[in-house]
Amino acid sequence: MKYLDEFRDGELAQKLAREIRQTATRQWSLMEVCGGQTHSIVRNGIDQLLDGAVEMIHGPGCPVCVTPLELIDKALAIAAQPGVIFCSFGDMLRVPGSRMDLFRIKADGADIRVVYSPLDALKIARENPERQVVFFGIGFETTAPANAMAVHQAKLQGIANFSMLVSHVLVPPAIEAILNSSTCRVQAFLAAGHVCSVMGYWQYYPLVERYKVPIVITGFEPLDLLEGIRRTVHLLEAGTPQVDNAYQRAVCFEGNQPAQKLLSEVFEVTDRGWRGIGVIPRSGWRLSQPYRDFDAELRFDVSGITAEESPLCHSGEVLQGNLKPNECPSFGSACTPRRPLGATMVSSEGACAAYYNYGRFVAVESVH
Amino acid sequence: MSAFAPPDLSQWSCPLPLRDYPTIVMGHGGGGKLSAELIEHIFVPAFRNSALEVMADSSVLPVPTGRIAFSTDTYVVRPLFFPGGSIADLAVNGTVNDLAMSGATPMYLSAGFILEEGFPIAQLAAIAERMGAAARTAGVQIVTGDTKVVEKGRGDGCYINTAGIGIVPDDIHIGPTLARPGDIVLLSGTIGDHGMAIMSVREGLAFETILKSDSAALQGMVASLLEFAPHVHVLRDPTRGGLATSLNEIAAQSNVGILIEERSLPILPDVQSACDLLGMDPVYIANEGKLVAIVDPCVADDVLRAMQQDKHGGRAAIIGSVTSKHPGMLAAITAIGGTRIIPLEIGEQIPRIC
Amino acid sequence: MCLAVPGQVKEIYESFGSSMGKISFGGIVKEVCLAYLPDIAVGDYTIVHVGFAIAKVDEASAMQTLHAFRVMGLLEEEFGEPAAAGRETP
Repeated sequence: MKYLDEFRDGELAQKLAREIRQTATRQWSLMEVCGGQTHSIVRNGIDQLLDGAVEMIHGPGCPVCVTPLELIDKALAIAAQPGVIFCSFGDMLRVPGSRMDLFRIKADGADIRVVYSPLDALKIARENPERQVVFFGIGFETTAPANAMAVHQAKLQGIANFSMLVSHVLVPPAIEAILNSSTCRVQAFLAAGHVCSVMGYWQYYPLVERYKVPIVITGFEPLDLLEGIRRTVHLLEAGTPQVDNAYQRAVCFEGNQPAQKLLSEVFEVTDRGWRGIGVIPRSGWRLSQPYRDFDAELRFDVSGITAEESPLCHSGEVLQGNLKPNECPSFGSACTPRRPLGATMVSSEGACAAYYNYGRFVAVESVH
Repeated sequence: MSAFAPPDLSQWSCPLPLRDYPTIVMGHGGGGKLSAELIEHIFVPAFRNSALEVMADSSVLPVPTGRIAFSTDTYVVRPLFFPGGSIADLAVNGTVNDLAMSGATPMYLSAGFILEEGFPIAQLAAIAERMGAAARTAGVQIVTGDTKVVEKGRGDGCYINTAGIGIVPDDIHIGPTLARPGDIVLLSGTIGDHGMAIMSVREGLAFETILKSDSAALQGMVASLLEFAPHVHVLRDPTRGGLATSLNEIAAQSNVGILIEERSLPILPDVQSACDLLGMDPVYIANEGKLVAIVDPCVADDVLRAMQQDKHGGRAAIIGSVTSKHPGMLAAITAIGGTRIIPLEIGEQIPRIC
Repeated sequence: MCLAVPGQVKEIYESFGSSMGKISFGGIVKEVCLAYLPDIAVGDYTIVHVGFAIAKVDEASAMQTLHAFRVMGLLEEEFGEPAAAGRETP
C-alpha cells in the first residue's frame, strides 16, 4: 500500500535504530500511550532493536485494556437480553468480564456481531426495526468521531432502535495522571499519532511546560515509531523538553476541525474509570444531553451492576508503568493468555500478553 | 457489497430426471426412494466409479502393501461458494492433503453429507459435481457415502465430512516429531490466500482484483518430494490457524525451536493489503493449497526446485530453519531486523481496530 | 486504538445525507465516510479508521520524511560509522 510500505523499509529502519543507539548515552524510559503503537513495537521487534538505549514502557493506550470491568459486565448483561443485536469491534470480544466474555455469551445464543465500523451497526438497526441494536462505543479520540457520527445520524434519521454503550477515554488526562504518580519512571511520551490527527496536539504544551518531559507525536509504522523515538532521545539527551511532531504527513497542530465540532456536540467530558487505574477526572466522554436518548446504559436497566476486580490482578500498575508484567506475582501462574485475570493479558496489545510471549523466549535463550 | 457472486445455477440441468423436488426434504435422508434418487441422480454420476456403483453397505477395495494412512475432516465453511473454490474443493483437497502430508498416496475417500431441509438440490448437485472433478484431479475415488437431513434451522445448508485412506510405502517416515536442529523449512507458496478470500466475501470487501482461495490437491507435489526421502522429515499443510499454528505445533511435537525470516514469506500484495485493512496477521490466516516441508539441509535446494516445478509451487521459498534454541517456540526475524515470537493464537483471528 | 490505513480516493458521492467515498487501499476498495474531510478530492490520499477518513495525507510531507531518512543513511556512510550491530540485509 502506498504511504504504508515505504515506512516499513528494513534498511532505513536499521539506520534509524543505529542512530538512536549511537545518540543515547544512557538508557531512557519512554512510554507510548496507544495500543496500535504497542502492537507495532512488539510485532516488529522494535524494542529489542533498541535494547540498552531505550526502554519502552507500554502505557494504558489500549481501550480494550482500560474499559472498566463494570462496563464489560453491563455490556454482557445487555447483549444477553432477548431480541438485542449487540455490535462491537472485534477487539472487545475476548475481554473477560467478572464471569464471562462476549464470546461465551455468543456461544450461549446471544446475537453478537463484529462490525468494522459503527455505521455498519447503524445499518443493522435500520434493517431490523423491530430489534434493539446496541453498539459498544469504546475507543480513544481516534474512534470517537466515527461513534459520534453514528449517533448523530441515528438522531437525524430517527433510528430509535439504535443505542450506544459509551466508554470513550482521552489521552492527555491519562498522560497527566501517569506524570502525577509518585512512582512515575517515564521520562518522555510518544503521543498517539491518529489521536492527534483528530484532536491536534495543542493540549500537550501545558503538560510539557508543567512536567518538563518531551512529548513527541508519533505514527505507527516501524520507520514512524523509530523516528518518533529518535527525536525523543535527542530531546532527552539535550535536556530540552518540547512538543515535537514526528508524524507530519497525517497530523497538524489544530487537528480535524469538522470532527472536533461534531464531537463537542455529541459528547461531553466526564470523569471516567480506567480499569486497573481507577477514576481519572475529566478523562472520558459520554453522550451529551441532546443525545442521551441513545445512551444504552440508560435505555437498558443496568444501573445495579457493580464489579470487583480480582485482587490477584495488577494490570493497573502495569498500565501505569509501575510494575513490569513479569514482576506481577500472578504472571504466568494464576494469569496466562489462556486464562487471563485482566485485560492486559487478553489483548494482543496488552503489556502482559506481549511480555508473556517475548519473556518466555528470552528466558530460554537469546536468538542472535 | 461483494464483487463476487455465487454461481448461477439456474441453467444447470440434471442428466437424469428427478422427482419434482427443487429442494431437500426430510425424506431425502430417510433411506427410502428419495434417498436412492439422490444417490442415483446426483452422487453416482458425479463421483463415477465402479466401487460406488455396487452400492453395498461398505466398499471393499484393493490396496497395495504398505501402511494405511487414515484421515478425516468435516467442512462447515460459509459461504459454500467463494472465489477460487467451494466447500466441495475443500472437502476433497483437504482430506487428500492430510493423507499426503504423511507421505501417503491418497486412494479412496468417503463423503458424508448433513443437509438442511430446504437446501436447493441444484446447489447439492453442483457441489457433488465439483467433488467428483476434484477427486479425479487428485487421483482419488469417492467410494462410499451417506446423507442425512436435519430440520430447517438446524444446519447451515450443507455440512460435509470426508474421510480418506492412502498407502504409505514402508520406507517412508514423515511426521511432526521428526524435525531436527539444522533442518531447513520450506513453504510451497503464498500465505493467507484462502482465509482472506473467505473474509473478503464475509466483510463485503470489494477488490479490484478478486482474492481467490488457493484450494488445491498437493499429492503430486508430495510425490515429487518423496524422491528425496529419507531427508524429508516433516510435511504439513497449514490450514486453520495458518502457518504460525502449524510451525508452533511442529516445534512443540519435535521439541525444537523454529526461526523464520519474515522477508522470505511469499504473500500476494492484495492479501497483504486486506490483512493491513482488517488488522490481521497473514501468518495466522488459513491456507488450503500450500504445504510446509522441513528437510535435511543436504536436499533443501533440490526440494525447493522440485516444489517450484510443480504447478502449485511457483512461489515456493526457503523461509527458515530449525534450531535447538527456544525449544517448542516459533520465532521470526521481522522485516526490519528485529525479533518477535509468533505464539499460538487463542481462538480465531478477528478484525481489530487497535 | 489507532489501526488506520492510507488509501486513495477513487469516487465521492452522497449517501443518507453524508459525503461518502470509494477508497482504494492497495487494490482493495471500501466505502468510507468522508464527512470529516469536506475538501478532499478524487486522487487524494487519506487515513481511514473504522470506515471514516480522519486526515488527508500530506504527500509532500511524506516524501520529505522519507528523503530525510535516506539522507541520514547517506551521511552516515559518507562520514563512516561503527560496524553495523543489526543484521545485514541480503
